[in-house]
Formats: sequence, structure tokens, C-alpha cells
Amino acid sequence: MIKGLWWKLTGLGLILYSIVAGQMIEVPELPVIHETIRNLFYHVCMWFAMFTMFGTSLVYSIKYLTGNKPKNDIMASESVYNGIFFGILGLITGMIWAKFTWGDFWTNDPQLNGAAVSMMAYLAYAVLRSSIDEKAMRARVSAVYNIFAFMLLVIFLGVLPRLADSSLHPGKGGNSSTMQGLDLTMRLVFYPAVIGWIIVAFWVLQIRARKRRLLQNVN
Amino acid sequence: MKEINELVRKDFLLELRQRYAINGILLYVVSTIFVVQLCIGRVIDENTWIALFWIILLFAAFNAVSKSFVQESASRRLYYYMLAPAVSVVLSKMIYNSILMLILGLLSLIVFIVFMGFPEFNLALFLPAFTLGCIGISGALTMVSAIASRSGNNAALMAILGFPVVVPLLLLLVNASRLSLKVMVPVSDIVKSISGLFLIDVVVIVLAVILFPYLWRD
Repeated sequence: MIKGLWWKLTGLGLILYSIVAGQMIEVPELPVIHETIRNLFYHVCMWFAMFTMFGTSLVYSIKYLTGNKPKNDIMASESVYNGIFFGILGLITGMIWAKFTWGDFWTNDPQLNGAAVSMMAYLAYAVLRSSIDEKAMRARVSAVYNIFAFMLLVIFLGVLPRLADSSLHPGKGGNSSTMQGLDLTMRLVFYPAVIGWIIVAFWVLQIRARKRRLLQNVN
Repeated sequence: MKEINELVRKDFLLELRQRYAINGILLYVVSTIFVVQLCIGRVIDENTWIALFWIILLFAAFNAVSKSFVQESASRRLYYYMLAPAVSVVLSKMIYNSILMLILGLLSLIVFIVFMGFPEFNLALFLPAFTLGCIGISGALTMVSAIASRSGNNAALMAILGFPVVVPLLLLLVNASRLSLKVMVPVSDIVKSISGLFLIDVVVIVLAVILFPYLWRD
């Protein structure tokens, strides 16, 4: 883990910048979406952070299976919990946006269903962990399941929405107008926002893992 | 190779002696379809037919496959562990479950046709999709049942873990069945949906072969 304060401050600074600039800049005028396109700076970043967290946990799960070190299991499980947190934030921000743009909190759409089912897969990971008592067995079984869950995540958020003929979701299947409309000013806010949220996600992960290790030492 | 043969044969012998899976699940399928027929009559609408067929087959698969690792006691597991490499154990279970699932699927298809009629499917798409779907579902559920058998409360965990794993397959299967309802299906569409199913099957089997040894040892 990286030491020092500088990267945490960078992350916070980027998020602060994206929140302020996200409200200030001029956005392109697009049909249906209009001003709600600003949600790109908040909602999409949550999914990027979640994807990074689940990817991190995949790496640590593979590390655990090859080395059987308990600290890798702690990192893998904490990144999953952290990723679930960001996923829920992504669902909430998306639902609020959908209420104003589509008129409903939820619609039957490949992208939304994929997000819901992959969240379920990771919630199942949490249930699986809590149902096994023996520590080494829990770590190994959940690492195996985690690799499956990541495959599902890639299929659901990466492959199926692109295969689908139509999706209401901006930027997906036959509805890609938003991404073309993403002009330079928006990119200058969007990319820093993504980087900022990913950094903060790692910060949260570091704190959670430390807490777990401390608790383990106390017990 | 020899161990795989022997293990598959053993599972079939056990099944033939007990007649648990085939009979119990067939009864389940028949009674479910009968209840559906009582509730809504003969379903003519094709979309409903497809949805009901796959839902019923999915739950039959859960029932049939979930016992594959649960029935093995700890001592028997140790016996297999000494007898055969882990990869042959998981492959034999997958082969057995796939064959069982295909038999169950065909039988329930027949029962379904008897009670509900048969929509005009394009068989060149429906049958390969059906076969690949049965193999994929049973492979994925075999792996899930191996994971679930390592924990305390099996049945609940099987449902929780299995559901997200089979949903992508189910989506592709329903799409393929819907596609095969069209009068003229372009060859490129057939290839696309079959290759999607095939890809998921391959991923599931490869992952299972790589990961199962970690589940198997104590």
C-alpha cells in the first residue's frame, strides 16, 4: 500500500473539482437527457470505482489461491465489500437520474438488469463467506467463487449490454448519442472525476483492511 | 480418462439403483406443467411457452444437480481424493450431470409438447441451443454445488449462488428460442447466438477445471 498523504489529497481534490466543475461547465444540449447529462460525473464514476474494487479483489483472490496467505484473503474480501458499497451508490444515483429522465426508478433494460444480477452475485459472496466457519476453508471457497463472480460481472456489464439490440441506457446498444456528444469540456471533468473516485475507493479499502487486521490481532 | 469413465459409470449405477433424480424430477416437471395447464389452460402464446419451459427446466436442473456433491460424505470424498485427480472428479460429475440434464430436458420437452403443444421452432437453431444450454446449466450448477457443499446450509446457498450464475445462460437461451420462432432466421444470427452459448459453456468448464482442485483438497 502507498504511504503518505499526498495521494489521498489528490483524490479528494479531484472529486471536489469534479463536483464543482460538473455543475458549472456548459454541457451540450441533447434530446431527452438535457441537463441531467451532468449525472455522468457522479453516477458513472461509481461504477468505475466498483469495477476497480472488484478487479482488485480478483487479483487478491488469485494471489490467495497461489499462496494461501491470510492477508490476501482480507484484501480480497474487503475490496468486494467496498465494491458492493460503490455499486449500491451507483444504483441509487442511476435510479434518481432515471426517475427524472425516464419517469421511473427502474426499467426492464439489459444494462440495468445486468447491474442488478451482478450485484446479487457479489451479495451472494458475502452470504457464502458468512456461512463457512473454518477460516482457511472460507478463504479458499470464497476466492474460487469470487473468480466466478468476476466472470459474471464482465459478461453482464461488458458483453451482454453490447450484444443487446436496444438499450435505453445512454451510451449502450443503439443509444450511443451521449458518448458522441461527450465534448472536450465534459471529458476534462469526467476523467479527473473517475480517477478521483478510484483513488478514494483505494483509500477506503486501505482503512477497511487495516481495521480487519487490527480486529484479528485483538481477537 | 479411465477414472472419468469409471466415475461416470458409478454415478449412473447409483442413479439406476435409486431412481431418485429421474423419477422425482419427472414427477415434479409433470405436476408443474399440469398445474400451469389447470391455471391458464393450454398456452398458445409462444413467449409464455418459452418462459415457462425454461423456468421449469431451470428448477428441475437445480433439483437434479444440487445433490451431486452433497450426497458424497466426507469419508467418500477422501476415498475419491486418493483414487483420482481432482480434474477427473469434476469432469466426471459434469459429464454425468450434462447427460442427466439432457435426458431430463428431452423428457420434459416431450411432456411439455403433450400438454402445451409445440410452437413452430426452427429446429436448426433450437436443438443446438437446447443442447448447449443443458450442458452449460449443468456445468455451472455442478461447480456451484461443489462450492455450496463446502458450507453449512446447502440448499439455501445453492439457490443464492446458483441464480446469478445461470442467468446469463438463461437470457441467451430465451433469446435463441425467441429467435428460432421466426420463419426465416439468417444464418449469421444462428451462428451468433450459438457461439455465444458455446463461449459461456467453454468459460464455465475451463474455470471449473482450473478452480475445482482448490475446492477439493482439505
